[in-house]
Amino acid sequence: MSGDDKQYVFDKPANVRRVIQGLLAVCLVLVGLDFVVHRHVVHPWEGVFGFYAMYGFVGCVVLVLLAKGLRRIVMRTEDYYDPATGYPGDEEEGGDA
Amino acid sequence: MPEVFPALPLLFGALAAVLTRGRLRAVLMLAAPVVGAYCVWTLAPGTTAHIELLGYDLTPLRVDTLSTLFGYLFHLAAFLGVVYSLHLKDTPQLVASLAYAGCAVGAVFAGDLLSLFIFWELLAVTSAVLVCARGDDRALGAGVRYLLVQVASGVLLLAGTIVYARAGNSLDFNAIGTDAPGGWLILAAFGIKSAFPLVHNWLTDAYPESSPTGTVFLTSFTTKVAIYALARGFAGTELLVYVGATMACFPIFYAVVANDLRRVLAYSLINQLGFMVVGIGVGTQLAVNGAVAHACTDVLFKGLLMMSMGAVLHVTGEMRASELGGLYKKMPKTALLCMVGAASISAFPLFSGFVSKSMIVTAVLHEGYDWIWLALLFAAAGVFHHAGIKIPFFAFFSHDSKHVKTAHEPPTNMLVAMSISAALCIGIGCFPRMLYGLLPYAVDYSPYDITHVLTQMQLLAFSALAFTSLKLYHVYPPELRSIHLDAQWMYRRLAPSALRWVFLRLRGIDSALRSFSLATLSRVADGVARHHGPGGILARSWPTGSMMLWMATLLGLTLLLYYF
Repeated sequence: MSGDDKQYVFDKPANVRRVIQGLLAVCLVLVGLDFVVHRHVVHPWEGVFGFYAMYGFVGCVVLVLLAKGLRRIVMRTEDYYDPATGYPGDEEEGGDA
Repeated sequence: MPEVFPALPLLFGALAAVLTRGRLRAVLMLAAPVVGAYCVWTLAPGTTAHIELLGYDLTPLRVDTLSTLFGYLFHLAAFLGVVYSLHLKDTPQLVASLAYAGCAVGAVFAGDLLSLFIFWELLAVTSAVLVCARGDDRALGAGVRYLLVQVASGVLLLAGTIVYARAGNSLDFNAIGTDAPGGWLILAAFGIKSAFPLVHNWLTDAYPESSPTGTVFLTSFTTKVAIYALARGFAGTELLVYVGATMACFPIFYAVVANDLRRVLAYSLINQLGFMVVGIGVGTQLAVNGAVAHACTDVLFKGLLMMSMGAVLHVTGEMRASELGGLYKKMPKTALLCMVGAASISAFPLFSGFVSKSMIVTAVLHEGYDWIWLALLFAAAGVFHHAGIKIPFFAFFSHDSKHVKTAHEPPTNMLVAMSISAALCIGIGCFPRMLYGLLPYAVDYSPYDITHVLTQMQLLAFSALAFTSLKLYHVYPPELRSIHLDAQWMYRRLAPSALRWVFLRLRGIDSALRSFSLATLSRVADGVARHHGPGGILARSWPTGSMMLWMATLLGLTLLLYYF
């Protein structure tokens, strides 16, 4: 895609896969540490095994799903407020919409 | 050296930017924040300066730990901003930038409400110049809307001050609270500038429309002055806990779907302000310290993120996620610096956000606000999601955009400013004592224990996992050329449409009234014409003879009556 034919790090799908596998490994290790480390707890829920991990994951999934729902209600075209003025950056494209 | 009013060096710097050009201007503009910071350093806590104005005792200078901390912070932000905009030749923008920073410094050293009001309004005017800096219709429109909101905040502050002072309070700006007369007005004024829910939209409307350099300045000052004012005037106001939690949560939904990456950052700015407002609302020493510390770290990491996005905008002329991507190939340094900012805002251990945000969350948990604590955890995970991952991912990775061919690293001065910010983010993250030593209350707090680090890492790693899986399974909402309606819809669409509807109805009533009165008038005119017009009964001329005849008849009648 880029003008020169140089291969960049993430042009190789293998490298992308490696990053994802790395992330998975990190997640497993962090949850595994819950077995080993004795966390001090203020709120009773904090003591639940893997509470923070679960909360982070579920929280983000809920966030994205709700945001998608929100988008259905509030999304408009870019020129909604001001049909006369285009978006900066579009000028040189000869007015593609 | 005698004490110098600490805002003066920056204001003189602004003057120098008018009068000089080229290298001299660059040197003077760089010197201004350094000299200003030195002035702050020479001021001993407890120093005050008084002037008498119209019978009021004003305190334009009052030095304590809180104002000193913000004084240093604003000079640092101004310095970084100046370095970032060294390539710029646009005089009005440079002048406005330094004047704006100077007003922010003036505001935090103002010891009374009237002086605060003056700087409050000057902040509005100088920053509006920055919003308009790009000069196109969109920027000008956003600038006018921005100025209206900011001036409204100033008017509320003045009204509150008047009510407060007339109730017999001194004008000194200390803890006010909502029970004080005028307290609600003043809180509303501070609330507008802190982007409270429903009055937040000026921020996400105006900041993304400014120039790459203007946004960096805008991000650093207005909202932080408001946070300072809230911390001084309304610490411990419980309402703020709930307001702050709302601010921390609702913008992240918008940030997930927003397309303009600087708008994403603007929403995430509100989210960070939410953490600070919660801290101020909780009001314990740890919480207020956390709020103030978070304001400091936010200036650095949000500034860094805005700088990196500004660099992308500067190079490509594009800021929409849907049109960007793959830029790590040509802007690796910018990408790396952006990721340092992203790690800091997401509160990764060893980065600056961690040492300040954890103070607030800990304080909330210890004070027993369980639901607020859960909300803040959700917000913390959400921040990583939209600011920590989305920003770098869609700008620098994702799919290759057409800009990859032509992109290159930004000017050196931009890279230098970003590098200093990044170094400070990591520095504060690794050595939090640097920051804690400057906080208003003595700190007995260490963020680095194994529980904190582990739980935070779990939260973040699994947020990242959620993003990755949603992206892989194509659940993640695609970046689309679009905007999203927010509170401003009320004044940009609803109010104008409502007014148009009202005026249309009024026009109907108005024309009915007009035609009715015209008809009445013409009926009256017809009547008059009939009776008084030519041939009308009342307009007929009578011959003198008939009058004489009637006179004679009357006299005759009188005579007859006289005889009988």
